[in-house]
Amino acid sequence: MMTVKLSTLAKTVRSKNAGVDKITFDIIFADRGSYERVKRSGVITKASVARLYGIPEARISDFVVFDPACAIKFTVYRSQPSGSPGDTDIFGAQQYAPLLDIEIPVD
Amino acid sequence: MDRRSLRFLCPNGHLGFAPIKTGSFELGVATRPDFIVADSGSDDIGPGPLGSDTSTAPRAWQAHDLEVMLLAAWQIGVPMIIGSAGDTGANSRVDLYVEMIQEIAQRHALPGFRLGYFYSEVSKDYLQRKMAGGEAVTGLDGRPDLSPEDLDATDRIVAMAGIHPYNKLLDLGADVIIGGRSSDSVIFAGPAIRAGFPEALSYYLGKVLECASFAAEPYGAKETVIGEITMEDVKLTAMHPDQRCTVASVSGHAMYERSNPFFEHVLGGMLDMTRCRYEQYDERTTRVTGPVFVPATELRVKLEGAGKIGERYVGIVGVRDPYTIANIDRVIAWARQQVRERFGDSGYELHYQVFGKNGVMGDLEPVRTPSHELGIVVYGIAPDKAMAEEVCMTGTRQMFYARLPDVKGTAGGVAFALDEVLPASPAYRWTLNHTVRVDDPLELFPVHVVDAGARVGAKARR
Repeated sequence: MMTVKLSTLAKTVRSKNAGVDKITFDIIFADRGSYERVKRSGVITKASVARLYGIPEARISDFVVFDPACAIKFTVYRSQPSGSPGDTDIFGAQQYAPLLDIEIPVD
Repeated sequence: MDRRSLRFLCPNGHLGFAPIKTGSFELGVATRPDFIVADSGSDDIGPGPLGSDTSTAPRAWQAHDLEVMLLAAWQIGVPMIIGSAGDTGANSRVDLYVEMIQEIAQRHALPGFRLGYFYSEVSKDYLQRKMAGGEAVTGLDGRPDLSPEDLDATDRIVAMAGIHPYNKLLDLGADVIIGGRSSDSVIFAGPAIRAGFPEALSYYLGKVLECASFAAEPYGAKETVIGEITMEDVKLTAMHPDQRCTVASVSGHAMYERSNPFFEHVLGGMLDMTRCRYEQYDERTTRVTGPVFVPATELRVKLEGAGKIGERYVGIVGVRDPYTIANIDRVIAWARQQVRERFGDSGYELHYQVFGKNGVMGDLEPVRTPSHELGIVVYGIAPDKAMAEEVCMTGTRQMFYARLPDVKGTAGGVAFALDEVLPASPAYRWTLNHTVRVDDPLELFPVHVVDAGARVGAKARR
């Protein structure tokens, strides 16, 4: 099956703190067609992103598809609060990179 | 009250963090908004500023933005409102902004006006009494209820205000308001609700306006956006000539920095955005209808607290030998063992951030093959500076002497960019991300009004 990387379909892929104990991830599409295609593919789910980041699903607090913004969004509990010793990314701004290479089937 | 609409100008989503872009601000001011409003706080900056009672923003940038806003508000004769003063909203930050406003007003010889402010720090005694009385200080985001140990380890606590102190200060005739820690949305929602607009639209207005041009496209921070509320809708318009508020940019902003795009909690209730409808109103304006406000059955205030862990030093090393890179965990284990032999198992912290392996993502990193070279940042934390320096120095320098059985290079296991460790700011942690029940929404937020402007002490304007 032909696939295309998520980074070629999505306009925005980002991560950022949601409060001090969580990091939230946004995947936003410029056009409804790409959004619907990715949504329909079923490739991006709570289970698949948990697998990608090597964490149990219980560490994902929210997973939502957000039609008004053509967006898929999920939120992960941090292993420690932001800015504590040992935290590697105080703003949580560089945690999205593994999402870019997710392969989406093209029909 | 039956006002047709109110218009709010927001020039900056985190006043002081980076200066306002004045071009679009002036275009916005020329449209004669009814309020000039900006939030100045964020918990993104980590626990250090709250714990150590400092700002992360340089004083000059804070003063710049306050001056730009105050002069514009005076020029067009409208109120100016600042929330979460000085990044943290701590009492010293409120005092700092109040002083700056006084100083700017004096320097420009502004006529007298009323300057309102409120504090939001919460004492440990207050929470101790609550807990002793059997009242839980409830953990948010999966945290357990507050323990006496974590309260004891806390240096400073702020409570997150709702609309109440802002509206109280407007009732008292304040022309300029400097707020302690507050939910971002309430600095806009307060005046709108006070003027008789529906709660749901008022909180939505605040929610979408608080980050200024982050709700516009193309991306460009610190540009001015104007939000207009009527009895039926909220309309958002970008003021920068090249920016537009689109359905995508406005609805997309509802997700920003929130774990869920549908719900927003404030003191006194919850904004439900599930049924929001977004329409392109004109080229640069998006219209939103349909938010719902659900009043809370119990008044619970969010608390943020930070506590000091210790003094901190930082060391930096590099590694290029592929065998050493493949065995970097053993190198670190060796250095840790040397620290343990000197200082024991506890009473300090030692952290290794290994760039080139998982330095950015830590346990979330899926890539298992390290780079051809590593940069390692070593953090030593201890109760006093001398010990922190020695912990860090031992943990850094002993990597040089790590004993790997098959290493070819026996003259030194790592590269030093500096043959020293560097003092860093003390290490803090977020000790509180909790809520506590209150009887009165003003209970934790004492308000004050003083005279400001050219004739301080003389009769106020109103």
